Amino acid sequence: MAFVALGQGGAKSSAPVKNSSKVAFILLAPGMIYLGLFFLTPLVSLVITSLKTASMTGVIGMYDYGFEPGNYAYAIEQYGPQVIRSFGYALTATVLALVISYPIAYFIGVKARGKPVLQALLLTLVIAPFFISFLLRTFAWKQIFSNEAPITQFLQSIGLLPSDQYIIGTSFAVIFGLTYNFIPFMTLPIYTSLERLDVRLVEAGSDLYASPAKTFWKVTFPLSLPGVISGTLLTFIPISGDYVNASRDFLGGSDTAMIGNVVEANYFRIQDYPTASALSVMLMAAIVILVSVYVRRSGTEDLL
Amino acid sequence: MKRGLPEDPMMRQLVIMAREKMISRRAALLGLGGTAAALSLASCAPAATTLTPAEDLSDSEKILVWHNWPLYMDGEDDGSYPTLNRFMDQTGIKVEYMMEIDDNDTWYAKVKDQLALGADPGFDVACPTNWLVDRMIGLGYLQTMDNANMPNKVANLESAYLGNANDPDRVLSVPYQGIIGGIVYNKKMYKEATGKDAPTSLADVWAPELKGRVGLISEMRDSLGLTLLSQGVDITDPNSLTEDAFNAAVDFIAAQVSSGQIFNIKGNSYGEDLTNGNIIAALAWSGDTTILNFEVGEDRFGFVVPDTGSTISSDSFVIPMGSQHKKNAEALINYYYDPVNAAELAAYVNYVTPVVGAKEEMLKTDPELANNPLIFPTEELLSNVHAFRPLTGQEEQRFATAWQNLLLGA
Repeated sequence: MAFVALGQGGAKSSAPVKNSSKVAFILLAPGMIYLGLFFLTPLVSLVITSLKTASMTGVIGMYDYGFEPGNYAYAIEQYGPQVIRSFGYALTATVLALVISYPIAYFIGVKARGKPVLQALLLTLVIAPFFISFLLRTFAWKQIFSNEAPITQFLQSIGLLPSDQYIIGTSFAVIFGLTYNFIPFMTLPIYTSLERLDVRLVEAGSDLYASPAKTFWKVTFPLSLPGVISGTLLTFIPISGDYVNASRDFLGGSDTAMIGNVVEANYFRIQDYPTASALSVMLMAAIVILVSVYVRRSGTEDLL
Repeated sequence: MKRGLPEDPMMRQLVIMAREKMISRRAALLGLGGTAAALSLASCAPAATTLTPAEDLSDSEKILVWHNWPLYMDGEDDGSYPTLNRFMDQTGIKVEYMMEIDDNDTWYAKVKDQLALGADPGFDVACPTNWLVDRMIGLGYLQTMDNANMPNKVANLESAYLGNANDPDRVLSVPYQGIIGGIVYNKKMYKEATGKDAPTSLADVWAPELKGRVGLISEMRDSLGLTLLSQGVDITDPNSLTEDAFNAAVDFIAAQVSSGQIFNIKGNSYGEDLTNGNIIAALAWSGDTTILNFEVGEDRFGFVVPDTGSTISSDSFVIPMGSQHKKNAEALINYYYDPVNAAELAAYVNYVTPVVGAKEEMLKTDPELANNPLIFPTEELLSNVHAFRPLTGQEEQRFATAWQNLLLGA
């Protein structure tokens, strides 16, 4: 599994631990208890809730323990479009973030090498958005894209945007927000890969008469794959579950709801806890499957 | 320190098994899983039973915890709370004022398990919105108040705020501030777009000139209530407001969304869409109009009651079964039903006051404010407001699902 694969990076220690399982167990205990309380308990609770049946009392928000797989069928039937949209948005935003981040990471990691001040400055700039709350930054974009804002007016005046259409509330605005918010998570892992890139290999490529493009595809890119893989995972997974950008209170509109918004509405507004839980379980399962297939297909288990 | 194993073969076997068990990873994981399952089951709310009020300790304990909304108490910006502090001085009751409610649903999610148990939910009095109050009444979560302790309320409650079938005498819940739904519009932009001074009916909002410039509040009972009224449905009457009528109104709004007439349906943040010009008109609340005008520093927005009528609701005081300070809470309610105090509060929070006589008090101190119909509505305005009828649990679930699915889009 992908998450296991992620953890194997530094675990190849050669010295076997002495057989003192009691000590090991005690040392592991805090972590185990933590996982049990804060990961396993909610997970089990989620699965149990996702199978509950409506209460006979007819009171809103009351459900009885049961085994109702129909909750899953209902969730898919009712909210299929939002599920597909979530993964569509996540994929688009991840690809966009990769395309934007790679050159940045390459510049900082390779071109700016040997100029520590410039490198530090650029890295700070990449991280700088984190100094301001993610909600506030998304709010700022909402203002920038608002209907009476200069950007919208300009696009309308040059005819790129019909006069009765606006930016905010569209898929474009949501994907823009998602891409923008997750670029640092893509840039930093790629940067750490490229930072270690041995430039002599690139020189060797050109010595062997490979075109720059070919050298990039045959040498640089494969060597940076571990960074690309972890970067895409770090963006794709949270984006699939994001509900802030797509929320109608931020950049979203009437037909941009993602799975996170559906879960929020079902949990808080309708008090339909089984459907909300079924959707969460499915989102988790889908991500685990997608990610394991991805890691397997890209053949990078050893690189991670 | 390992001790030698016992001689008895059976004991020996047991000790060996116990030692293996102790360090077996699988056993540890199994145990962990079991504990997790037990914990998750334990965290769920118990089945409903008939609840009884907690013993009232008001005579010995002069304290009161009050959950309320932000921007809902005078002197909030500097923390001075003039009216509340005067109450504490007069009665000796120490009020812990907490701005805990910023959304009915999320607040309710936090307190509902204690409410269901009849245990102390962490507040003695709170002011959720009427539809949530209706739900709490239906579930039997609320204590019946004693009118004898609230003479001001008996004398001064505006008749438009009298309760519905759930609580006709307003003894389970007492309005704190009123909320009137109608059309909020940008005066200048509306005139530019349509050539008219002000909208008068919902049909004006659906006019083609406003395509893409209309907002809706995501509060089901206001947005759909106004729509239902415009379709001739009596929203106070279960025989008129049926599920079919409701679904027809949802379909109507859905059509306005897909045709692009409606720009967005939002919670409180619809105000930003008005101030930054995203929308020209909105189905929203009167109280916000005053606040929005104050924010932009000019008389930019107007509010009208459509000719087919407006929705009315309120945020109401309720006392949960688990509260041990009912009499203290009644004293507080009685205090805020004194027109002098109500006027002082209304002048600050800008919502509609449900207290008769507050306007006359306000005329003495601030005539301009007293004549603001959004805070002290005229008789004429109040004659055309209607309260959304209470829904049964199943209706509420089905209505809310239909409305939320509309909000989530296809």
